[in-house]
Amino acid sequence: MAQKKLGKQTVMFQNPPSIMATSSIVGPKEGQGPLKDYFDIIIQDDLWGEESWEKCESKLQQEAVRLALSNAKIVESQVDYLFAGDLLNQIIASSFSARSLQIPFFGLYGACSTMTESISLGAMIIDGGYADKVACVASSHFSTAERQYRYPLELGNQRPLTAQWTVTGAGASILTSQGEGPYVTHVTTGKVIDPGIKDSNNMGAAMAPAAADVIVQHFKDTGFKPSDYDLIITGDLASIGKDIAEDLIKKEGYSISKVYSDCGVKIFDNEVQDTHAGGSGCGCSAVVFNGYIYKELLQNKLNKIMLISTGALLSPTSAQQGESIPGIAHAVTISNSIS
Amino acid sequence: MKNINKKDYEKYVNKKIPKPKIIKNCMWAFVVGGLISTFGQLITNFVIDNGLDEKEAAIATPVILIFLGALFTGLGIYDKLGKKAGAGSIVPITGFANSIVSPAMEFKREGFVLGVAAKMFTVAGPVLVYGFGSSVIVGIIYLLLKR
Amino acid sequence: MDYLKAFLVGGIICVIGQILMDKTKLTPAHVLVLFVTSGVILTAIGIYEPIVEFGGGGATVPLPGFGYSLAKGVIEAVKTDGILGAFTGGISATAGGVAAATVFGYIMAVIFDPKTK
Repeated sequence: MAQKKLGKQTVMFQNPPSIMATSSIVGPKEGQGPLKDYFDIIIQDDLWGEESWEKCESKLQQEAVRLALSNAKIVESQVDYLFAGDLLNQIIASSFSARSLQIPFFGLYGACSTMTESISLGAMIIDGGYADKVACVASSHFSTAERQYRYPLELGNQRPLTAQWTVTGAGASILTSQGEGPYVTHVTTGKVIDPGIKDSNNMGAAMAPAAADVIVQHFKDTGFKPSDYDLIITGDLASIGKDIAEDLIKKEGYSISKVYSDCGVKIFDNEVQDTHAGGSGCGCSAVVFNGYIYKELLQNKLNKIMLISTGALLSPTSAQQGESIPGIAHAVTISNSIS
Repeated sequence: MKNINKKDYEKYVNKKIPKPKIIKNCMWAFVVGGLISTFGQLITNFVIDNGLDEKEAAIATPVILIFLGALFTGLGIYDKLGKKAGAGSIVPITGFANSIVSPAMEFKREGFVLGVAAKMFTVAGPVLVYGFGSSVIVGIIYLLLKR
Repeated sequence: MDYLKAFLVGGIICVIGQILMDKTKLTPAHVLVLFVTSGVILTAIGIYEPIVEFGGGGATVPLPGFGYSLAKGVIEAVKTDGILGAFTGGISATAGGVAAATVFGYIMAVIFDPKTK
């Protein structure tokens, strides 16, 4: 009998792990956005002294982990597990950063849902008694994602209005069994949901049903109401997907609009920065959570939040073969108090 | 949550999607496409004035335009133009050059054989395949009809 | 007058491309393929020649013009060389452009690095 399981898809931790420190590193464009003051490091060019964008993304991830460790005042050897993921083929940004970090490593692929996927698994492993400290990290890079999923940078094409802008950045959280919060109290793991969208330039619409489903399931499993939260924030649905998710959740009888936001909407000023629908990528929810939300939690401006990173599980091959885009979303509840 | 009806969802999503500003896009495409074409005409007239015959001019003009398209792609200007002009800078032969140079530049780090040379024709390759292919078919049909 | 006609015809062809891209799901690559192939076909059935005579650069600079050169080249070559001409005509007529694109493309790739937007 799974004692910590709550309802159909949620776990409630007996000894909720604490997030003892975080870090966020972003690219130049993100560093000009509305959240610029919350990020730890803003790199000045998107190669950061490396020869290729892939190497840069790996460095982003590696440095994010190192910075989070130093913020937590611990060293690599004290960390039991590293949970990391990114968008590149065979998640090379993660494995190459793990190569130099030398922490026992679980590589994750959940497209842009990686940040909450890694926090979910890290928290479960700690509460299960298998680890004292774990590092959770996710990254993405505009230029590596563009060349893998879309067109060369210098091609003179027009981006559709529904397109999103992949965030350059990495964010890391260090979770510990002994700490004073903020605590990871609940995890609701999402199912893959495919609403049949085939346009890879409209990922918000492809992911919104998965996000809505996991949020509604979370309320059913835990008995929480939207008003229990100070902030409910999805990963990278961006302006169109956010609207749709709100509608779908309303149809299920929950009105979240007062506390609802989306990391992809918050990270850029779409009008000024010409990012069309908003931000996307593993790095989007990673830097918004580890930069902005975590700091607001520490200052008690927010006390209880739900973060739902959202992923579009497509590949260039599946898109060319005409497959629709399946969506995934994982929710974690993070709270300053255990009640 | 209840299962989503894919057809209804598609209809619903289409309502949410912002529509591209077609009139504005077409104005840009018209003006930029028109200007590039006019510039091509200018080159043709120039080389004919300097002693080339019409057939030679028909080769020299695209070569010069392709050079300029390639150069402006390398300088990082063509993609900025393309963002505004859309088809206005994609459809002219300079856009064909852009489609060759942009992947070639992008994949330099994967090497000069499997990177630059192999990726060069990711967009332009299909154009050549269908262009050459249809020209051969036209040639054969013409041959058969002539008999 | 040459220039005005070129401007008009070139502009209109590009507008057709823009409408295709905005109204359908066609990517730029699809539009380019469609335009070259239509250039070949329209020339073969005698529709494109008058457009070129009227528009000059306006009809030859956009990609259907590439198709026009291909078709015109192949028809002339078939007249002189028969079946072999069907294979050589189109490519010979456009060889200059293709070679230029290959060589200049390579040189630019060596010289320049792509810049992030």
